[in-house]
This record gives sequence, C-alpha cells and structure tokens, in this order.
Amino acid sequence: MERPEIEKKLVELLVDELGIDSESITMDATFEEDLEVDSLGVVELLMALEDTFGVKIPDEEAEAISTVGEAVDLVMQKLGG
Amino acid sequence: MSDRRVVVTGLGAVTPLGLDVATTWQAMLAGRSGVREIASFDASPLAVRIAAEIPDFDPDDWMGRRAAMHLDRYAQLFWASTKQALDDAGLAFEEDDPQAQRAGVALGSGIGGIMTFQESMDTMRQRGHDRVSPYAIPRIISNMGAGVVSIDFNLLGPNVCSVTACAASANALGDAAEIIKRGDADIMVAGGAEAAVCEFAVTGFMQSRALSRRNDDPAGASRPFDKDRDGFVIGEGAATLVLEELGHALARGANIYAELIGYGMSSDGFHMTLPRPGGAGAAWAMKNALGNAGLDASDVDYINAHGTSTQANDSAETAAIRTVFGDHADGLPVSSTKSMTGHLLGGAGALESMVCILALRDGVVPPTINYEIPDPECDLDYVPNEARQVRVRRAMTNSFGFGGHNVALVFTA
Repeated sequence: MERPEIEKKLVELLVDELGIDSESITMDATFEEDLEVDSLGVVELLMALEDTFGVKIPDEEAEAISTVGEAVDLVMQKLGG
Repeated sequence: MSDRRVVVTGLGAVTPLGLDVATTWQAMLAGRSGVREIASFDASPLAVRIAAEIPDFDPDDWMGRRAAMHLDRYAQLFWASTKQALDDAGLAFEEDDPQAQRAGVALGSGIGGIMTFQESMDTMRQRGHDRVSPYAIPRIISNMGAGVVSIDFNLLGPNVCSVTACAASANALGDAAEIIKRGDADIMVAGGAEAAVCEFAVTGFMQSRALSRRNDDPAGASRPFDKDRDGFVIGEGAATLVLEELGHALARGANIYAELIGYGMSSDGFHMTLPRPGGAGAAWAMKNALGNAGLDASDVDYINAHGTSTQANDSAETAAIRTVFGDHADGLPVSSTKSMTGHLLGGAGALESMVCILALRDGVVPPTINYEIPDPECDLDYVPNEARQVRVRRAMTNSFGFGGHNVALVFTA
C-alpha cells in the first residue's frame, strides 16, 4: 500500500470511527492537542488502525505516536513499506 | 423542617409522541398512540414485535456527531431533554460561574446503556476481547447520562443517579427536591431516561411475561385498566424537569410551572416483580406523599397512574387508590398515559410528573386510551379515550418498580 492511500484511509477512519472533523486533520496535527483525542480515543484509534490495515500494534508502540503523520509512519512500517 | 420550597421552572422531553414537550402534550390530549412495530432491530423471531420507539431522533442534531458517538442512546435522549429544560428555564452556566456549583443533576434510569451492553457482548463473542470499545463501560453505566450533562452544561453541584427500575426517575425528582430543601443546591436538573428497545431487553421482559403480545394491533396494545390488557409495551424516551428553590426562582423572575409538595416512598417487601396483593405497598407510598405534602386525600384532583397495562399492576393500583382515597376515589380522574407512550421504565416517573404539571397549567387531563371493556377489579374513572377539561389544583403521580420500589409525587399549581 502506498503512503497516499494509507493517509487517505487514516483520515477516513478518524472521521468515521472517531467523529473528528475532516478539516482539522493534517499530517502535523497532534492527536491529544489538535484533535482532542483522549486516552480512551487513543485505544479506539488503535483498534481502528488494526482493523483497517490488518496489522497488530502493541500498546507501547501506539503510545509513542503523537501526530497523524507518525501514525501513518507506524502503519507503513508494520506493512513492511 | 426546612422552609425552602421547590418549584418547577423548566421542562424538556423526547418521547415516542414527539421530540419536545409541546408536541408530546398535544399528542396525549389527542389520544394518539406512539406504539408501532419495532423498527430498530429485526424482531421477527420474537413473540413480542411492538414497542413505543422514537423514530426520528437524531442525536447528531443535538450534541454533534463526535459527542453522540460516545454515548448510549439513553444518555443521548437525556442530553436532549435536559437541553430543552435548561433553555425553557432560561438557565445556562459557565464553568467559572459560582452559581454553577449550586446547580446539580439527578437522573433516574432503570437499566442505563443496555443497547451498548448488548452490542459489546456481541463484539466480544464474535470478534474477541481486544475489539471491545474503551467506551463500552462509560456508555453502559446508568449514571453516565447525569455525568455527561453535568460536563456539557456545567452543573457542578450534587450529581446523583437512582436505579430503582420503573420508579427511578420519580426517586430522582423526589431526592433532587430534598437536596434543594436541605440547602445543598438551589437548582437541580432532574429527570429520567431509558432506551431499552433492543433485542436483549425486549426478550428479557418478554420472558418475564411482562409484555403485551398484541402484535397485530400495536396502537391498541397498551390498554391500562381494560379487562383485556395483556402486559405493558416497552417505550423509550426521556424527560427532564428543572427544580429550583422558590426564592431563587422568584429572584430571577423565572416562569414557575408548579410546586413539588409531596414525596412519598415505600417498599412492597414482597416479591421481585409482583405487587403486594391489594396494592398495600402502593397505598403506603401514596399515604406518605399526602402526609409529606400536608394534604388530605380529598385535596387531590387528578392521579397520573403507574397504570402499566399488566393484569397485576392495574388491579393492585386500583385497590391501593381505593384504600387511600376512599369515597373521594369515585369522582377522581385517574389516567395512564402509558396507554399512549408505552412504558418508559426508568423514564416514566419524570415524564408523568411533566404530565401532571401540564394538567395543572392547562386545566385538562389526558385520557387512558384503548379503554373498552370494564374490569370489575378496575372500577375507577380512568378518563377513557378522550381528554377532559378538569380544574386541577393538585395532582399525584405514581411509579412502582421491580424490586418493590413505590414512589408517589404530588404537585400543585
């Protein structure tokens, strides 16, 4: 899967699964500050990433993510890209 | 005894009859039924396929999609009725407003987020433990409706929740009034909410043989006090009342609907789901409410009955009313609006308190619809099928819950 496709899918799941306004999502946006995703939301995001991309992400790796772009990086790495 | 008096200064409701108070009230006065075939899930395998659902409630319109996603339907309904009630009362608090700490919440819900419970169990069994939402527990717990309105409307005073089954929101109102009377708050947003029209809850009530099976006649299924009644119809919805200390309400020039003057409770101490024979427990609660209000039985002009349309409740409640009201019972209008709304379970007490308050305001009492065949064990004036002009100065509402929780509330204009 190419990076633009992963970015597009990630934005879709942030909108559909977490209810985030699509206009506020950029690759530099931080989950906690900019997108107001709380600790429960992070778990939800993790589940959505695993479901959407068919990857397994341990909690400690998920906790290291702070921006949307870093989430894309992690998914790319898990997909072996 | 406290000299603080408690009045009602705001109303809100989302019911099977309408998305606001006015629409709901007009439908009740017109004798309209909100019972239909179940639309929210496939009920075809069940022996019960009818309910009083709210077909056109879109939570996104009220609280926005992101907030709505994190709440069970019962809490969404309570949010919407609470928003209406606060707007109606002309109240809004900022977080740093010292008054916010004098305003609290009391919610009653029989079973809270049971829809989420059912979905989460399905997810866990079908997709595994690591697919259960982190929001499952916050959505399910019965108090989260109170929690979320306290967060979103900055209600920073007492915050409580009663879970006394079908008496839950009657307890919430009574307890909220006591909180104001003893000085712990000046305003209490008090109400009830239930959203239990889901496969598991309908099945559970069905198996306890509590529900009507009149599937071929949904609008005629809830028929309290009629001889052919065969159970209650499960309903969903929410109602919120703003309760306020009288002096506080007068000082800010608030519109005052009514005063809550009586709160009586008792326990059947008899059986998990059946009423004590002869309705003795219900009678104790009504007597206690009259005593609390300082009234004689003859002072009451209208009773909104618990009137569930089960064989056991309606005859026992009739006997209880006869015990408490004696000869006065013969000329006393008693109606069950559950004939139209279905049974909102934990939400019923708040909605039916609202009915009493509107009857006081408008001088009209809503009917018991579907009343066709008299039952010798139910021999009161049930205001059959048509609303009636009555000068109502004091109105009582009854709520009885599984577990033997009995509550009666009395309002006056």
